[in-house]
Amino acid sequence: MDRYRFLMSGSGGQGVITMAILLAEAAAIYEGRNAVQSQSYGPEARGGATRSDVIVSDGPIYFPKVTQPNYLVALTNEAMGKYLPLIRPGGMCLYDSDLVQPDLRVDARRKGLPMHQAVLDTLGLPVAFNICVLGALAALTRVVSLGALEKVLESRFAPAHHKNNKTALHLGAELARPHVDD
Amino acid sequence: MAFQKLIRERFFPHLWCPGCGHGTVLNGLLHAVDELGLDQSSLCMVSGIGCSARIAGYVDFHTMHTMHGRALACATGLKLARPSLTIFVPMGDGDATAIGGNHFIHACRRNIDLTAIVLNNRIYGMTGGQYSPLSGQGILATTAPYRSIDPAFDVVQLALGAGATFVARTTAFHVKEIGSIIKKAVQHKGMSVVEIFVQCPTYFGRKNKIGDAVQMLEQYRDRTAPLGSKKLEADPSLIARGIFKDEQRPEYCEEYAKIIARAQGKEA
Amino acid sequence: MSQRKSSRAGAGAKAAAAGHIHFVQGNEACVHGALYAGVSFFAGYPITPSTEIAEHLAERLPGIGGAFIQMEDEIGAMCAVCGAALAGAKAMTATSGPGFSLKQEAIGYACMAEIPCVVVNVQRAGPSTGLPTKVAQGDVNQARWGTHGDHSIVVLTASSVQDVFAITVEAFNIAEIYRTPVILLFDEVVGHMREKLIIPAPGELPVVERLRTAVKAGVNYHPYLPREDGRLPISDFGDVHRYNVTGLFHDIFGFPTENPEQVSKLVYHLVDKIENRSHLLARYKEFYLEDAEHILVSYGSSARSARHLVEGRRRKGDRIGLLELQTLWPFPAQVVREKTAHAKNVFVVEMNLGQVMAQVKQATAHPDRVFLVNRMDGMLVTPTDIGKVMRTVEGRGF
Repeated sequence: MDRYRFLMSGSGGQGVITMAILLAEAAAIYEGRNAVQSQSYGPEARGGATRSDVIVSDGPIYFPKVTQPNYLVALTNEAMGKYLPLIRPGGMCLYDSDLVQPDLRVDARRKGLPMHQAVLDTLGLPVAFNICVLGALAALTRVVSLGALEKVLESRFAPAHHKNNKTALHLGAELARPHVDD
Repeated sequence: MAFQKLIRERFFPHLWCPGCGHGTVLNGLLHAVDELGLDQSSLCMVSGIGCSARIAGYVDFHTMHTMHGRALACATGLKLARPSLTIFVPMGDGDATAIGGNHFIHACRRNIDLTAIVLNNRIYGMTGGQYSPLSGQGILATTAPYRSIDPAFDVVQLALGAGATFVARTTAFHVKEIGSIIKKAVQHKGMSVVEIFVQCPTYFGRKNKIGDAVQMLEQYRDRTAPLGSKKLEADPSLIARGIFKDEQRPEYCEEYAKIIARAQGKEA
Repeated sequence: MSQRKSSRAGAGAKAAAAGHIHFVQGNEACVHGALYAGVSFFAGYPITPSTEIAEHLAERLPGIGGAFIQMEDEIGAMCAVCGAALAGAKAMTATSGPGFSLKQEAIGYACMAEIPCVVVNVQRAGPSTGLPTKVAQGDVNQARWGTHGDHSIVVLTASSVQDVFAITVEAFNIAEIYRTPVILLFDEVVGHMREKLIIPAPGELPVVERLRTAVKAGVNYHPYLPREDGRLPISDFGDVHRYNVTGLFHDIFGFPTENPEQVSKLVYHLVDKIENRSHLLARYKEFYLEDAEHILVSYGSSARSARHLVEGRRRKGDRIGLLELQTLWPFPAQVVREKTAHAKNVFVVEMNLGQVMAQVKQATAHPDRVFLVNRMDGMLVTPTDIGKVMRTVEGRGF
């Protein structure tokens, strides 16, 4: 398999780092691949720019950071502006179509989905927005199965959250399905 | 005297100056321990740096002579790792309230079961007579050649404010009181602070023209009075002696034992 | 007498499901390693980027009958560790640069009083508050010379989550064998990075238990008289032997001495017990050194960047290799000298101004062939950074 280099970005409190951990853990534990997750963050727990890098590969991973992502997730305009120029030519960029307006001049496959609104409509609260993004990302990249993500979500979260998480995960996957490149 | 088994005779004579009050405190402490009849293997002494800290070398306990100001922090680790130990922490005034001030207030706050003894001679003796946070204003010291402008802490009030559950004060003149107060302090479950005025004729007495050891002790006799006494009532300028507080509050190691029970699912 | 005993070897691992794949941060792997080694006491103070170590141990220690305490400051934490170790606990603390500076007084005390303990420093960029959330490796010399006076100390590091686990177990073992504080000098990238961790089954890795004296009650016990093999059997506070522990120069009873002969003997003992065994303490990994013309020397997270570059260049046929140091102090000078003897160039990759490079230059017969590749901006040095310096040295510009 190819080496997947994810750069996930947004603002503090959006669950960007959690999303990255879940993706990497699903790949490492349930898909039998190697994965490394790292992050760069500032002093803010809420707000501020957050970035987390995930590399998934069948081979060993040494340098743990992503300098040129082939998959970018950007959940704010600030993050998109900062990281879209780093994307590998032809790489894929996933964003929320209501929250983010990407620069159209960069050579990237843009996947803008109304994930935030869909979560609000379905769950009434934006609680599992990051899980919805994760579902979309899994469907678009096929780097991990939804089943693997479900297992990670069940192991990492209290049972009270399981139902919402699963709903959000599949919501994201459904939104992404028409946009999967073959 | 039965308490001779409590000392390390081979390390005597001690290094304190003639007339120093520290030996009196050691004497009182040994009497208290002897009367309590505690298992000698459970006795520990943790001290910092200074004249007072050298007490640890002379008692046949498990003794840990640590760093300046750090005795209570070391003792906290020792006690929490082995709660069955009975731990004495003798400290000087600089040791307890200057460099070790933070450890002092936090040990009081936690109410960990230690017996802290502050040997207050209002001077840094071992380094040759510099002023301490307990010297007070107007005192002459090698670092206060024009007299100290620093107000003093009141150790009793400091300990009370920080949450110690047994707080007492006495002086090197009141030899029997030292023994009886330390005895109660050890029996108390929780953080005990005993302040003892001790004379330093070499640096404090001489420099401040108070006189020799005997004259300093006479001051302790004349300028202090027991709590609740008529003498104290008649002259509020006297310094109160006695037990200011002796009450129960959850002790730190006992509370941690509950955490262990909870973590192990054994909670009642 | 109740006492928080070191948990049975590997008992912590059992609770964490040995053999299963965990996906954890380096800091958490350090906790798993400590539990495997039998840690029973932690005292600390919150500081980025080491705090996860305290958080996980706060959760885990009471479950095995150990104790966790958040002290009033970094100094108090190191002191509490010393106290707990004398009570018989395998004790540790964790911090980062500024906190590490505050602990140095008590680290010196532990050196002098020969108190086994483990101190973790997850390095961030300094001096001072610096970049609290960003990586650096600037405390290599602080770890060696941070405390006062002549002494020796063991400093270990690692570059992966799995290695963090193993080296943490080693740190506890070395602390026990040599009765010394051992420093685990990690960095922000390794501490916070998540990757797979497989916890070995109990017994798979050796765990050294505290060597307690066999001297019976009533017989003279000399707490500071080393055995012929240099080891110093201990008696815990609360057990039958009562003795004095002090930061002053002391005799075999632990009683203060100013006797010049005893003073000199003790300082040589403290230094020699470690420096004379540097060959036993040298932990390192080597990759493609046999025929390497260009050798990278690195450690911690920088070694991952170095390995990345080496693997890539090897695929293209370049004769390049990597010496990854896991023991930083005592500096494995002999290993470095031997392994780099035939190299055309040696590149030391680290995130400081050459703290290990200076040691490499001293170790090798050809210091003029040793070059520094570094980065000092809070970012992990990249394989590209290394490549650029190599090209420059090779006269190919960049």
